Amino acid sequence: MVFLEGGFSSPRNDAFPAGLRVLVVDDDPTWLKILEKMLKKCSYEVTTCGLARDALSLLRERKNGYDIVISDVNMPDMDGFKLLEHVGLEMDLPVIMMSVDGETSRVMKGVQHGACDYLLKPIRMKELRNIWQHVFRKKIHEVRDIESLEGIQLTRSGCDLFDDGYFLGGDDTTSGRKRKDADNKHEDRDLTDPSTKKARVVWTVDLHQKFVRAVNQIGFDKVGPKKILDLMNVPWLTRENVASHLQKYRLYLSRLQKESDIKNSFMGMKHTDPPSKDSTASFGLHKPMNTMPDDVLNGTYSFSMSNSLAQSVDLKGQADRNRITSVPMAEPKGALSKDISDSQKTKSSQMSFDHSLGSVDSGVSFASFGSTNPSPYSWTNIPEIQFKQEYEPFQPENGFNQLPLPEPSMIEKEVNRSRTEVKPLFDEYRSNLVEHLSPADLVDLFPVQSKTQTLKNQVFNPISATKSSMKTKDISQNCLADSEFAQRNMNAAGIGVPLASLSEDLQICWLQGDGYPMNFALQDFECSEYNNPALIAETPFYLFGAPRFDHEHLLDPTEYFAIDQGLFA
Amino acid sequence: MERNPLRRQLQIMRKSLFDQGYLDEQFVQLEELQDESNPNFVEEVVTLYYRDSARLILNIEQALERKPYNFHKLDAYMHQFKGSSSSIGAKKVKAESTLFREYCKSGNGEGCMRCFQQLKKEYTTLRKKLEAYFQVARQAGPMETACRPK
Repeated sequence: MVFLEGGFSSPRNDAFPAGLRVLVVDDDPTWLKILEKMLKKCSYEVTTCGLARDALSLLRERKNGYDIVISDVNMPDMDGFKLLEHVGLEMDLPVIMMSVDGETSRVMKGVQHGACDYLLKPIRMKELRNIWQHVFRKKIHEVRDIESLEGIQLTRSGCDLFDDGYFLGGDDTTSGRKRKDADNKHEDRDLTDPSTKKARVVWTVDLHQKFVRAVNQIGFDKVGPKKILDLMNVPWLTRENVASHLQKYRLYLSRLQKESDIKNSFMGMKHTDPPSKDSTASFGLHKPMNTMPDDVLNGTYSFSMSNSLAQSVDLKGQADRNRITSVPMAEPKGALSKDISDSQKTKSSQMSFDHSLGSVDSGVSFASFGSTNPSPYSWTNIPEIQFKQEYEPFQPENGFNQLPLPEPSMIEKEVNRSRTEVKPLFDEYRSNLVEHLSPADLVDLFPVQSKTQTLKNQVFNPISATKSSMKTKDISQNCLADSEFAQRNMNAAGIGVPLASLSEDLQICWLQGDGYPMNFALQDFECSEYNNPALIAETPFYLFGAPRFDHEHLLDPTEYFAIDQGLFA
Repeated sequence: MERNPLRRQLQIMRKSLFDQGYLDEQFVQLEELQDESNPNFVEEVVTLYYRDSARLILNIEQALERKPYNFHKLDAYMHQFKGSSSSIGAKKVKAESTLFREYCKSGNGEGCMRCFQQLKKEYTTLRKKLEAYFQVARQAGPMETACRPK
C-alpha cells in the first residue's frame, strides 16, 4: 500500500501509520522520556528535543525528515507558539501542542497559531495513537489544493491516499473548487496580518501558474525555491512560501506521474504484424464476420453507443452464434487476415465510438485486473499467441471500450477450465483464435453492461442462449461447458466470457491490457501488476476497453481482492 | 492474592499509594509502558522526575526569598513544576501546585508561602514512599502487569 510519495525521505508506505516520524519538543526531561516511550509503543519513529532551538535546526536540517511535531507550550528558550509558527511556515508540518494548562485562552491561542491539536498533560497513550490523522489530513488537503489549482482532481476522497484509486471524474472538480474558494476566503484574512497570525499565502490560480511556469522554465530537476522565487517575481512571496508550495506540487506531480505511467503502459501495447501462418485458425471467428450483414454489426454497435448495452448483447449473441456455427476447422491461412481487416474496416465505418464514454467512468474497472496474478497468464505458456496489428484499426471504433472488464479471477478460472476442456479438441484452433478476434467477437464475449447494471447483474442470458444453440458439436460442447462455467462465474464476477473457442488466451489478454485510449482511474496496487510488460505488450489494448459507465458500479478494490482470494485461495 | 510474600507486600504498598491519593492514573500509564525492553521504566521515570524537579523546587525557593514576590515568575515556575509532577501521577503534589498558582494569581504571598511548605512536605513524603516501593519491587522480581486500583 503506498502512502505518499515525494517529500518523504523514508519509505514507510506499507505500514502507515507505523513508522510515523515524530519530533517531540519538551524542556521537561521526564515528559520527554515518557512521550518517547509512548510514541515508540505506537510504533512511531521518535526524535526528542529539549530545546525549541534545537528542534528548529533539526527540522531545517532534514527538511522532509519528519511527519509531525509535538511541542510543549512552555519552553525556556522559545515560546511554543513561536515554534509552532516557524514550523508551520517553513516546513508546513502538522504541530500538536501540549501543556498542563488547559485554559481555553491558551488552547485558542494554539489553534490560532495553527496547531492541529492541543493535548493536556498528563497525556495518555491513546491520545498519541491517533496523531497520525493530522498527518494524513494535511496531506489530503495539500494535494487537493494543488489539484484544484491545476483544475483536475486526483483525489476522490481521503482514502485515495491510501490507494483506493485514482479517479478522474468530472464531478470531483467542483467540490475541489468549492474547497479552494473556502480556503481562499479563510486565508485572505491571514495574509494581511502576518505578524499576529501565521501568514499563509493564498495560492491563487494565477500565482500557481506563475509558479508552474517558473518551474518549467528552470527545469523540474534543477528546481529550487530560490530560483522559482526569483523567476516568479512576486515581491511579497517568500522563499518559504515557495518551498512549501513546491513540496505540495511535487507530491501532486508524483501522483500524476504514477497515474500516467499506468495509462501509458496500457496504451503502449505493441501490435506486431501477424506472420501469415498464424492467421490460420482465427478465421473461425472472423470469416463469418466478413459475410455478416453490416447492419447487424451496425445495430450492434450503435446500440452499444447508446448505452442500452443489454440489447446489444442480444444482437451480438446472434452474430456470435452465427459465427460460431460456421467455424470450420480448416481454412486457407492467408485469407483470414485480409478478411479480418476488411471486416474490421467495414465495421469501423459503422462504429461511432465515443471516446467520452470510455473516459469518464471507465476507470476503475480496469483496476481490478491488476489485482490478479500475472503468473497464470504467463505468455510463456502460450507461445503462439501474438497480437497483430490488425487490431489497430479497431481502436477508434471501440465498442469494446464499453465492454465491461471481466473479473480477472473469474477469467483465470475459466481459463484453467477451458484449458482442460478445449485442449483436446481445439488445440490448434484455439491457439490461433485469440489473436484474431474481431471486435464483434469480443463484444459478444463481453456482454456489455447497461449503465444501470452492476457487474454482478449481468445479462448473460443472451449469451447462454447463444451457446445452447450452437450447432457445431465440438465447439458447442466446449462453449456450453464454458458457458456454464462462465455462468457460474458470472454470478461471482458479473461478467461472462462464454466462448471456449476464444480460449483462455483471449481471456488472458483481455485481462492484461487496458484498452482505453484515454485516461481512467486506476488503482495503484492493481496497476503494478497490469504493467507486466510481458503480458501487456501483446494484447490489443482495445480489447480491454470496457468502461464502467458509472463508477458506482465499480467493485471496490477490496472486493476484487476478496473475489480474487476466494477463487485463488 | 499474591502468594509470594514480597509480591504481596508490593501489592499492598501500591494499593495504599493509590488509596491514600498519593498517586493517580498516570502512574498506571507508566506501569503499562514498562516492558521487556524497559523493565525498570517506572523507577527510571520517577528518579528522573525527582532529579529534575529538585531544580525547580530550588528556583521557587529562591524566588520566595526575594521580596516583594514576583508572582508572575513564581507562577511560571510552578507551572513547570506542576507539569513535571503530572508526569508521574503525583496527585497530592499536583494539587498543591494548583493551589499555589491560585495564590499567585490572587497575589497572596502568604498563601503562596504556606502552600509551598505543604507542597514540599508532600513531595518529600511521596519520594520516600516510592523509594521504599521500588526497593521491594526490585527484590520481588519482575512485576505482573499493572492492575488498576479500585
